[in-house]
Amino acid sequence: MSTKRTLFDKVWDSHVVQHIENGPDVLFIDRHMVHEVTSPVAFLGIKNRGIKVMHPEKTFATADHNTPTINQHLPVQDPLSANQLKALEENANAHGISYWGLGHEKNGIVHVVGPEYGITLPGATIVCGDSHTSTHGAFGAIAFGIGTSEVEMVLATQCIMQTKPKSMRINIEGTLSKAVTPKDVALYIISQLTTSGATGYFVEYAGEVFRNMSMEGRMTVCNLSIEMGARGGMIAPDEKTFDYVKGREFAPKGDDWDKAMAFWKTLPTEDGAEFDKEVTFDAANIEPMITYGTNPGMGIGISNGIPDAESVEGGVATYKKSLQYMDFSEGDSMMGKKIDYVFLGSCTNGRIEDFRAFASIIKGRKKADNVTAWLVPGSHKVETAIKEEGILDILNEAGFELREPGCSACLAMNEDKIPAGKYAVSTSNRNFEGRQGPGARTLLASPLVAAAAAVTGKVTDPRELMEEILAG
Amino acid sequence: MAYDKFNILTTSGVPLPIENVDTDQIIPARFLKATERKGFGDNLFRDWRYNSDDSPKKDFVLNNPKYSGRILVGGKNFGSGSSREHAAWAIYDYGFRCVVSSFFADIFRNNCLNIGVLPVQVSPEFLEKIFLAIEADPTTQIEVNLPEQTITILESGEHESFDINVYKKANMLNGFDDIDYLLNIKEQIQEFAANRPL
Repeated sequence: MSTKRTLFDKVWDSHVVQHIENGPDVLFIDRHMVHEVTSPVAFLGIKNRGIKVMHPEKTFATADHNTPTINQHLPVQDPLSANQLKALEENANAHGISYWGLGHEKNGIVHVVGPEYGITLPGATIVCGDSHTSTHGAFGAIAFGIGTSEVEMVLATQCIMQTKPKSMRINIEGTLSKAVTPKDVALYIISQLTTSGATGYFVEYAGEVFRNMSMEGRMTVCNLSIEMGARGGMIAPDEKTFDYVKGREFAPKGDDWDKAMAFWKTLPTEDGAEFDKEVTFDAANIEPMITYGTNPGMGIGISNGIPDAESVEGGVATYKKSLQYMDFSEGDSMMGKKIDYVFLGSCTNGRIEDFRAFASIIKGRKKADNVTAWLVPGSHKVETAIKEEGILDILNEAGFELREPGCSACLAMNEDKIPAGKYAVSTSNRNFEGRQGPGARTLLASPLVAAAAAVTGKVTDPRELMEEILAG
Repeated sequence: MAYDKFNILTTSGVPLPIENVDTDQIIPARFLKATERKGFGDNLFRDWRYNSDDSPKKDFVLNNPKYSGRILVGGKNFGSGSSREHAAWAIYDYGFRCVVSSFFADIFRNNCLNIGVLPVQVSPEFLEKIFLAIEADPTTQIEVNLPEQTITILESGEHESFDINVYKKANMLNGFDDIDYLLNIKEQIQEFAANRPL
C-alpha cells in the first residue's frame, strides 16, 4: 500500500469526525447549500425533533429550481412553487441562514453563486440536495449531492454519514481541437465510460487539458461527473484557482487567507499515489459532441452517425426504446436534424464564458425562424456581466432575448417546458425522457453547438460557422 | 424520520426489466413541489404509467393487475440521475419496501437506506432468474431475509446473498436513522467544529 496520498484522500481524511468499523465515516461538512425543492421536508424534520440548525453560518440558501425566468418582480404564479419559495424563506429566517431569494442581487443557480461569492473553497467539503453539487469539485473541494434525509442530518449536526468511495483518476493529455469545449470533454468521457461507468467512485481529473482549462470550464467538467455515476469529481487547486477565489465576499481574508493558502498548496495528489482505477484519453480524439439518446452516455462526435444497437454496451431493448423515444434510427447522421428549441443555461453551462462562446457564433447572424431560444444566465452576476461586456447587444441584434436567472428548462419545474415531441439542443446536463418537459426530446451539447443550431435551425457543426468567420 | 423495522420480507415482485431507470422516470421534477412528505406514490413512474390525459397506460407493469407485491425488480443501473429523495419516497409510498437490481446508482441507494427501502444488489444472472420466475408465475414468492442477507426465489429455492454494511443493517433492523446516531455524538462533533479553520 502506497503511503502517497491523493487530493481526495487528503480532503476526505481531514474531515472525518469518527470512523465506524465496517460502517460509514462521520464526515464534517464545511459548506451546505440549500434550495427550495429538496429542503422543506428536512426543515420539517428538525422542527419535529425540536432542534435548531447547528451551524447556520455554514449554510446558504438560494431559490433556483422552480423559479420563473421572466417577470421575477411579479408574484410567482404557480401556487405550489410559490409555497416552496415561501417555505425556504421562512425556514432560512427562522434559523438565521443567509437567504438569496428571487430578486436578491446574489440570486442564481446554487452551483453558480457558490463559487461566485467565495462560498466554494479548495479543500472544503460541500454538500447540497442536488446531484450537480459535484460542480464545486473544480476548486479541489469534495462536493457531492445528497438526499433530503441527509440535508436534515447536515442541518441538525453539520455532519453526514458516508462510506468513503473508491478513487478514479481520469487523465487527458494533449491539446483540444478547435471548437472543442469543456462540455465536449465531459460528454466524451461519459460516452466512453457510460452513464454508470464511475458509479462507486470519486474522480480526479488530471493532465494538461484540465490544467489549461479556465475555472468555468473546470466547473462544467466536474458538474457532469454525476452523469457517469461518480459521486463527484475534483481538480487539484492551482494558481488559477487561488486567483479566482481571492477577494470574493465569503473567501478568507488577511491572515486567514495566508493560512488557507498554506493548506491548499499541500492538497495536490502526490507522485506515486495509487487510485483504484485509472483511465487515460487523448485530447486529439475529442470533437464537438452531441447526444442522440436518453442518457448522457449516449453521445457521439457531431460528425458521426448513431451507433448500431449491437455495437453499444448494455441491453438492446433498452437502447431501441431510447431511439424510439427520440424518433431516431441506428446509423442516422445527427448533422442536419431539424430542431425546435435551443436552451443555453443551467449549472452546467450558464456562466459568462458560455454566453461569450454562444455570442461568438451568433454575432452578425440571425436566429433561425423555426427556433425558440431560451437563454438563461446562471445568476444575476452572470446577467450583469453579459450586459457589461456588450454580449446582450449582440444577442438582441441577432434576434435573441435574455431571460432571468434560474434552473429553467434544465429540469422544467417552472413554465420553461419543451413541448412533447419537440427537439431541443440544450447546454444542460440530462437528456432523460421527459426531463425538459413531458415528451420533450433533448440533444445535449456545448454552447457553440447550441449557437450553431440556433442560427441554422438544425444540428450544425460549429466549426463550419467558425470557418466562415475566419474567411469573412 | 424513523421508519418501520425491516426483517424478513416475503412477497411477489413487480418486474421492470429496463436498464438505467433514472430518477426523472421514477418521479418527474414537476411533482417535486410538495413541502411535506406525502402522496408521492400517486406519481411514481408518472409518465410511463399515465397518458397526458391522465388515463392509465395499459401496457405499463403497474397498471397490469397480474403483478403486485412489495418488491420492485429493476434492470441494471437503477436510480441514476438526480439526488431527489422523492424517488425513494415515491417507491415507499406506493408500497414497495425493497428494490432489487444488478446495479444501483449511489445516491439513490443511500436515499433508500435512509428511509427504510432495502436496496438488494444481485448478480446479473440472478436478476435474470428473478425476471424469468416472475414471467412464468407473477405470484411467485420471493423472500428477502435481512438478518441472513439472502434473497430466495421460494418455489425453486434458488438464492443469493447480498451485501449491506453492518451499521446500515442494524439501522434497518431496528428502524433507527443516522440523525439519532449523530445527535448522540454531538459533543465530539462540536469539538471537531471548533478546530475547523473555515
